[in-house]
Amino acid sequence: MTVKAMTSKEVTKKVFNKEELFIFDVRNESDFQDWKIEGENFEYFNIPYFELLDGVEEIIDKIPSDKEVLVVCAKEGSSIMVAEMLSDAGLKVSYLQGGMKAWSEHLEPVKVGELRDGGEMYQFVRVGKGCLSYMVVSNNEAAIIDATRMTDIYLEFADRIGAKITHVFDTHLHADHISGGRTIAEKTGATYWLPPKDATEVTFAYQPLEDGNDVENGHVKINIHALYSPGHTIGSTSFIVDEKFLLSGDILFIDSIGRPDLAGLAQDWVGDLRESLYKRYRELSEDLTVLPAHFMIIDELNEDGSVAEKLGTLFAKNHGLNIEDGNEFRKMVTENLPPQPNAYQEIRETNMGKMNPDLEKQREMEIGPNRCAVR
Amino acid sequence: MENVKANVMLDAKGLACPMPIVKTKKTMNGLEAGQVLEVQATDKGSKADLKVWAESTGHQYLGTLEEGDVLKHYLRKSSSDETIDRKHPNVIDNDELERKLETEDNIIVLDVRENAEYAFNHIPNSISIPLGELEIRFDEINKEAEIYVVCRTGSRSDLAAQKLTEKGFTKVTNVVPGMSQWSGKTTTIVK
Repeated sequence: MTVKAMTSKEVTKKVFNKEELFIFDVRNESDFQDWKIEGENFEYFNIPYFELLDGVEEIIDKIPSDKEVLVVCAKEGSSIMVAEMLSDAGLKVSYLQGGMKAWSEHLEPVKVGELRDGGEMYQFVRVGKGCLSYMVVSNNEAAIIDATRMTDIYLEFADRIGAKITHVFDTHLHADHISGGRTIAEKTGATYWLPPKDATEVTFAYQPLEDGNDVENGHVKINIHALYSPGHTIGSTSFIVDEKFLLSGDILFIDSIGRPDLAGLAQDWVGDLRESLYKRYRELSEDLTVLPAHFMIIDELNEDGSVAEKLGTLFAKNHGLNIEDGNEFRKMVTENLPPQPNAYQEIRETNMGKMNPDLEKQREMEIGPNRCAVR
Repeated sequence: MENVKANVMLDAKGLACPMPIVKTKKTMNGLEAGQVLEVQATDKGSKADLKVWAESTGHQYLGTLEEGDVLKHYLRKSSSDETIDRKHPNVIDNDELERKLETEDNIIVLDVRENAEYAFNHIPNSISIPLGELEIRFDEINKEAEIYVVCRTGSRSDLAAQKLTEKGFTKVTNVVPGMSQWSGKTTTIVK
C-alpha cells in the first residue's frame, strides 16, 4: 500500500500554528533523545525500526487512530517501511519526506518587519536545528547575514523578489553549522564580510568587518552598523540595521545568552561576554528588535514563527541579562554547560576553509541541535 | 591491519536504511550459533543501529572496521555458551588472573574465542586459537607452561581446558567469567 509523504514545510506549518501531531520516531533511542522534531502540541513515541522488522502488532495499540500520525526516521527509508506496515494494519499515517536530514535542512522565510524606506527584513528559520539567518532587502538590493549552507534557498528567494545580493555577513565564526556565506558571495559577486579576530586562520579572502563599519545596502542608505560584541567568540559582532533591528548573533538569544567555551577559551571570554551584554548592549535603544542567530526551544517562536523581541523586554525578562553578581555570572556561563554541538571543531575548520567535506559529510557534521546557548 | 575472519560475509554496500539491518537479520537466521557475520555497508547510520539491534536481539556486536567508504561490521550470532556446566577442575577468576599478569612473567593466556572477537578486544600478549581450531593447533603451545584459558563467559574455555588436559597438558586453568567481565588491560588490532 502506498503511504503519504509529509514535507518539512508542512511540518513547519504545524509547528508555527501549534497544531497537534503524533510523531512516531523510528530512529534508535539515543538519536531520538539527542534531537527530535519539536512542536508545542506534538506527542512522541519512539521505537527503533529494527525492532519492528517482524511486524507492528506489538506496538500498534500505542499509535492513535484519531490523530494525525507522522512516522520519522533519519533519511526516510525506514519510516516508509514502518508507515506501510501501519497502513496495512489499517491506520492512516504519513512519513516525513527526506527524514530528519531534510528536516535539518529546511528553511522557512518569515518577514519580521519593514525598513523605514519600505524595504524588508526577512528571517530564515531553520526550524529543525534552531538556526536563524537574515536577508535585508532595500531597493532591489539584498544583504544576507549568517547564511546556512543551503545557499540555493537564499539565491532563489532573492531572485523571486527581484533583489540582487550585494553583501554577505557572518556575525562570527560559527561552530554549530556550516556557513553558506562564502559560497553565496562567490556565486553572486557580493562582498563577504567577516570579523577579522575570528578569521585569523581562514584560508580565503574576505572583507574585514570592524567596529563602527557602516555598510550601505540599496540606494536609500539602509545602514548596517557593526558593533563589536565579543564573548561567544573573540570576534563576535552584532549589527544594527536601519536603527531598528539588533542582529545579536550568538551573543544574546530570546531566552538565553551565548556560551563562551566553543573555542576552548571559556575563562578568557567570560569578561568579554559580560562587557558586551551588560555594557555595550545597555547603551543601545531599548526599542531595538533583537534578532538572534539561534533559538533553543520552540517556546521562543512568536505566533508567526518568527524569533524576535524588543531589547527592553529582554533586559526585563532574560535571566542571562539579570545577574548582578559578576562571579555568579562567571559560574553560570562556565559551569553546567550543555554538551558541545556535534562535530563543532570540524565545523569551525570547515568555516575557516581548512576542510572541504563533501555534502554527505557536511550533513552528518550538522546533525543534532545547535547548543550555542546557556540559560 | 590484520584481516578479521568471519564465517559469512553479507554485502549491503550501497543500500540505504533499513535494508542493511533487514538483510543482516535474514542472514543471521541462517547462521549457526556462535558464528561470525561480516556486514559490509556504506550507510553511515548502520553502525549505531546494528550495535543497538544486536544488543536487543542477544547477538554480540564485536566491532566495526572502516576502510575508505566501506564499514565492515562484525557480529557473532548468539549462542547458549552460558548454560553449559563447566567440568574443568582448575579455575581462577578474572581478578586473580589480572594480579598474576602483573607479577608473573611465564604465564600464557590462551584466548579461544573466534578470531573476530579476539581482534576487537583481547588481553595484551594473549595467544589466539579459536576453540574449533584447537584440535589441530594445540602443539603451538608450550606443554610445560602455566596456561590460563579465556573466552567470553568461561564455557568455551572450559571445553578448551578439557581438551588440552586430554592432550597431556598439566598446568591448565580456566578463567571465569572471562572477557565479558574483564576490567584489566586490553588491546585491539583495530586502530
